[in-house]
Amino acid sequence: MNAMKLLIKGARILDPSQNLDLEGDLLIEDGLIRTIDRKIPAEAATEVVSARGLWLVPGLIDMHVHLREPGEEWKEDIESGTRAAAAGGFTAVACMPNTKPPNDSPEVTRYILDRAREVALTRVYPVACISKGQKGENLAPFGELKEAGAVAVSDDGRPVADSGLMRMALEYARSFDLPVISHTEDPGLSAGGQINEGMVAARLGLKGIPAEAEAVAIFREVALAGLVGYPIHIAHVSTALGVEIIRRAKESGLPVTAETAPHYFTLTEEAVLEYNTNAKVNPPLRTAKDREAIRQALAEGVIDAIATDHAPHGPLEKKVEFPAAAFGLIGLETAVPLTLNLVREGLLSPLRMVELLATSPARILKVPGGTLKPGSPADITLIDPEETWVVTEENLHSRSKNSPFLGWEMKGRTVMTMVEGRIVWRS
Amino acid sequence: MAVEFPHRHLLEIGPLSEEDIWTILKTAHNLKEVLKRPIPKVPTLRGKVVANLFFEPSTRTKLSFERAAKVLSAEVMNFSARGSSLEKGENLLDTVKNVEAMGPDLFVIRHPASGAPHFVARHVRAGVINAGDGFHEHPTQALLDLLTVWEKKGTLKGLKVAIIGDIRHSRVAHSDILAFRKMGAEVYVSGPGTLLPPEREALGAKVCLRLEEAVEGADVVMALRVQKERHGRPLFPNFHEYARYFGLNRRVLSLAAEGAILMHPGPINWGIELAPELEDFPGQVILDQVENGVAVRMALLLLLLKASET
Repeated sequence: MNAMKLLIKGARILDPSQNLDLEGDLLIEDGLIRTIDRKIPAEAATEVVSARGLWLVPGLIDMHVHLREPGEEWKEDIESGTRAAAAGGFTAVACMPNTKPPNDSPEVTRYILDRAREVALTRVYPVACISKGQKGENLAPFGELKEAGAVAVSDDGRPVADSGLMRMALEYARSFDLPVISHTEDPGLSAGGQINEGMVAARLGLKGIPAEAEAVAIFREVALAGLVGYPIHIAHVSTALGVEIIRRAKESGLPVTAETAPHYFTLTEEAVLEYNTNAKVNPPLRTAKDREAIRQALAEGVIDAIATDHAPHGPLEKKVEFPAAAFGLIGLETAVPLTLNLVREGLLSPLRMVELLATSPARILKVPGGTLKPGSPADITLIDPEETWVVTEENLHSRSKNSPFLGWEMKGRTVMTMVEGRIVWRS
Repeated sequence: MAVEFPHRHLLEIGPLSEEDIWTILKTAHNLKEVLKRPIPKVPTLRGKVVANLFFEPSTRTKLSFERAAKVLSAEVMNFSARGSSLEKGENLLDTVKNVEAMGPDLFVIRHPASGAPHFVARHVRAGVINAGDGFHEHPTQALLDLLTVWEKKGTLKGLKVAIIGDIRHSRVAHSDILAFRKMGAEVYVSGPGTLLPPEREALGAKVCLRLEEAVEGADVVMALRVQKERHGRPLFPNFHEYARYFGLNRRVLSLAAEGAILMHPGPINWGIELAPELEDFPGQVILDQVENGVAVRMALLLLLLKASET
């Protein structure tokens, strides 16, 4: 589609897949990355973009978002959600199956992909259900779902309560080489819970969700992954105890990967004070000690990826009394500056940041991307790490505005997002 | 009466200073004289409108607020969830906005959701009094408890207060723990393990696994109602066992300090949290609490509505 040759000049090029961190130029031809070099002559290109002071990285991949289509388009749809993704620097998103109807059949998977072809600004990777209707009873048809285009399975938002069914899911997913993603929550321990169990819950008179609700479930998943001998991916890790279990599982060689979200390494349960429904999320925001453990786990490699768990909700779900409010917050457009904070703190190297947001998600989901190797599709993000901006409802592109970061000053912003050499976002 | 009261709302105990609480208690104490007059009515709040919004059942609190408003000559608008448009699916904010359009000066709100009065306070111009929200707080109950104890004991500082029962889910216990501690009393709590808060969440109260340890030497013993309606699965096996190990009776109360008083926020489940033999216990002040409830709510209406004028 793209006979042109686009040259990006003078960027800091970061690619963990090649252990590359150099000041230089990158040439795109026919939607593919052609060359990277310290200097590529401008004559080689039909168009030149100056990227001085910018980071050029493989297009970011958010392996955990909710696009709400089909069924809840007043919150978000594939067009608005992928616009928010592109504005946030993501060239691909994996959308969770808790739509209405849930993505438990090849028809729904195909619907999502058809819509994505029509309106999406980024790549869309559907994640299908583990169980039919997310009911936790019978397996969804993994083979047909994969054939229709699903890249992984998860009952995200509705944990698989029955350990026997989870074992079967791992065994059956193995037949189709489908990654299995687990929302780890012991429903008996979390029942009725609103926020983290602890001092803030006690002060606000809200039923708590103990850290152990996550830890017990993570332990079950790593044990089952060992039993079956097939990998499990743990979604949105929020607790120090959960990190500790994953660390030990990895040390003993169990096949487990894990992600966390920017709100877990940025905020604590204190964000809920004043009954702020935009900070109501599941798993809940935890304590300062948990947040510190998550940060260390990102630095040390215990946690493999950062995903946003972008979960749009409108005023109908959020402008209500706290216990009636829905769980979830939006995150696509604030992930880059919040992760850059960890780089500025010296906790992550720039390469590690790109690994967490691009290379690892691609590897875990077994999808293309996360690399700038010549010959790869030109999925590319340009980031200005220094630009400051304030999060307001007006400057968010998501249809929903349920961010706990409204009013925050952010440092770092996506300047350009490209998918297969096409510019899908430019600030 | 020119008193300083720097609050527009009463949502929880936390923001009140010790001095604010004394202002409320002394104002309430003085207003009790009005209630004893042959014609107990004064024109102080004539023209003011109080909206009572009760989204869950109440006898004492609702009647008490209504009575308090009427003694002070305020108009009262009453709303009950039952029979309202809530049953047609109207949400809380719309309900409140519609009532606000009818011009009340103050909202009194009881709601099953913790934080509902805070939510309303953010979206209306009028003041808001929390008349009980979920598991969170019931600040006017704590204030009337303070008034009752102060009147009976002559002080609050240094008293030992024992609160017995469902501490974990009780908004009364929550507000009482904060209020009594703020006024310098020591608070001990006891009840079955499933109804006790973890130590770190006891808000400064001492958690006692044995009932006797909490009651021993106490100047004030308060039983809480077993809240049959608030739990999903039962948190103790049966009422008989509750009464036997966690209910108050004359034997347990004999461990309390000389002249100890016995309180209960009502409604009482006789034979569960209180043995029937305690109905004529000499230190029983349950009806004094109800009477003081009217006085405390008069004081709050006065203080909040006068504060909003200036």
